[in-house]
Amino acid sequence: MGILLKQELADLEKKSRQIRASAVEMVCNSHSAHLGSALSMVDLLTVLYFWYLKVDPKNPKDSERDRFVLSKGHGGSGLYATLAEKGFFPKKELETYGKDGSLFAVHPSSKMVPGVEASTGSLGHGLPIGLGMALAAKLDGKPYRTVVITSDGECDEGSTWEAILAAGHWKLDNLICIVDYNKIQSFGRTEEVMDLEPFAEKFRSFNWSVCEINGHNHEEIAEALHKAPLEKGKPTAIIAHTVKGKGWSAEMENTVESHYTPPNQNDVDRLKSCLS
Amino acid sequence: MRNTFIKTLTEIGKKDTNVMLLTGDLGFNALEPFRDALPRQYVNVGVAEQNMVGVAAGLALSGKRVFCYSIIPFATFRCCEHIRDDLAYHNLPVTMVGVGSGYAYGILGSTHHSLEDVAVLRSFPNMTVLCPGDPLEVEALTHGIMKQHGPCYLRLGKAGEPNIHKKPLENCAIGKAITLHTGKDVTIVATGSMLQTAAEARELLETEHISAGLVSMHTLKPFDEEIVQRVVQETALIATVEEHSAIGGLSSAVAQVLSQMSGHAPHLTIATPDSFATDTGSQKFFREKVGLTAEKIAASIRHYLPAHA
Repeated sequence: MGILLKQELADLEKKSRQIRASAVEMVCNSHSAHLGSALSMVDLLTVLYFWYLKVDPKNPKDSERDRFVLSKGHGGSGLYATLAEKGFFPKKELETYGKDGSLFAVHPSSKMVPGVEASTGSLGHGLPIGLGMALAAKLDGKPYRTVVITSDGECDEGSTWEAILAAGHWKLDNLICIVDYNKIQSFGRTEEVMDLEPFAEKFRSFNWSVCEINGHNHEEIAEALHKAPLEKGKPTAIIAHTVKGKGWSAEMENTVESHYTPPNQNDVDRLKSCLS
Repeated sequence: MRNTFIKTLTEIGKKDTNVMLLTGDLGFNALEPFRDALPRQYVNVGVAEQNMVGVAAGLALSGKRVFCYSIIPFATFRCCEHIRDDLAYHNLPVTMVGVGSGYAYGILGSTHHSLEDVAVLRSFPNMTVLCPGDPLEVEALTHGIMKQHGPCYLRLGKAGEPNIHKKPLENCAIGKAITLHTGKDVTIVATGSMLQTAAEARELLETEHISAGLVSMHTLKPFDEEIVQRVVQETALIATVEEHSAIGGLSSAVAQVLSQMSGHAPHLTIATPDSFATDTGSQKFFREKVGLTAEKIAASIRHYLPAHA
């Protein structure tokens, strides 16, 4: 038997379907981009927010809360849908996403949306910020955990590797970095644009513990989070193998186009029909 | 200046354990008093300024007040977008402390000079930009930083600058320039470590019976518009003196105020040229070359006065 009870698994499945449908609808209505990047991490967000993270929507600034930083801010629609589902704000507010005067920009701002821990959008910022949060917890003797989701593309950024180097050096075993490894970045496949392999080895050589999982399998995600830190005194990297645009459509999944093309009303209807 | 800064910050850090000092692996023979007295509040993040700023943001988001230290180009340009996004956009209490203003690192070359830093950081929303003129201003403004929220850039000289003010500044506040002397013919408005040179230039003019005032503009953002408005009504010429490009620094800030006025005194800009170094030398050498010595400042003012006074 896995770490999740049968009912927990079913509940998580339901949540992830709802979050996917919300994200697709938001991006459709605003006729914007980056849906593929949001959908590849929906299962990660689902398990984080509905099984792992100690966060309270009624007390979003609780000093003891776990911290989550979405470094790949362009997946903001996925985060907003998750936070709404969790109860940080009414789901109806998602309808304003990307509209004039809305607080829901494509890239999330912690000044505008409750539950967003850090404003991101420029790549290579989230892991250093998460590092500071994890370091503060160590200095203050607080038990909270810090989780950062980065994209694979932003692992091209030097600042990401500055942070990986420092986290290993500082032995921040209260820090988890999940890489949403959907293997497609802005203008092509990672192996063609800037190959990250041997990826796990890179983290290990920077003194991290690493595990690789199927980033759409809730059981595997929960298991990896539960086991962290995999080694005392080492930060944990979870390399989550994912599919860009997961759950969108057979045509759009695993394509560069899913980074740019907005979904249409048929996509929205199809995903919503799966909710019941 | 930097020794006064570290001394002051160490005193503050002893009373407030939330104060942290990060360094990008610089500060040998300067940061040791803080490091040794407060090891749990000190982190050397290595030669990684972008990460330093991000870590500072994460610490500040967790309740810390953070000071990040490096030589100016590395504390500003290298991690510029991280300052903009992680500190200014988040409006966090993190101060970037840069040492070596202007040509302070003379012979190290243009990579280590800082003649454009104020222009860039002044343009970021929420940023406070401080350029103290002597160690007493450093001390007062460091305490001032602790009284406010939000990000700050503290631009320091190097070491060994003398005190220009005669006694500790009890009423020195961020955003309020200090009038050291008033004058009828010209008021020299200086910022940063040019204060000493400007004070010497003023004395030279006074010996020639030119009535010269002196203002220390230690804060370039928020800018003390009021003092500029007053000076250009009460004096025949306003001369701004800075060891920074004329683009985006003190001169620009003053010109912006004057552009909203009419019938005011003319403005003489004394600043560094819009160019990198084409040879090498000491700070003294470069200042001489670009007209930032007391004699040359006085000469520029003298040259300007007959026509405009």
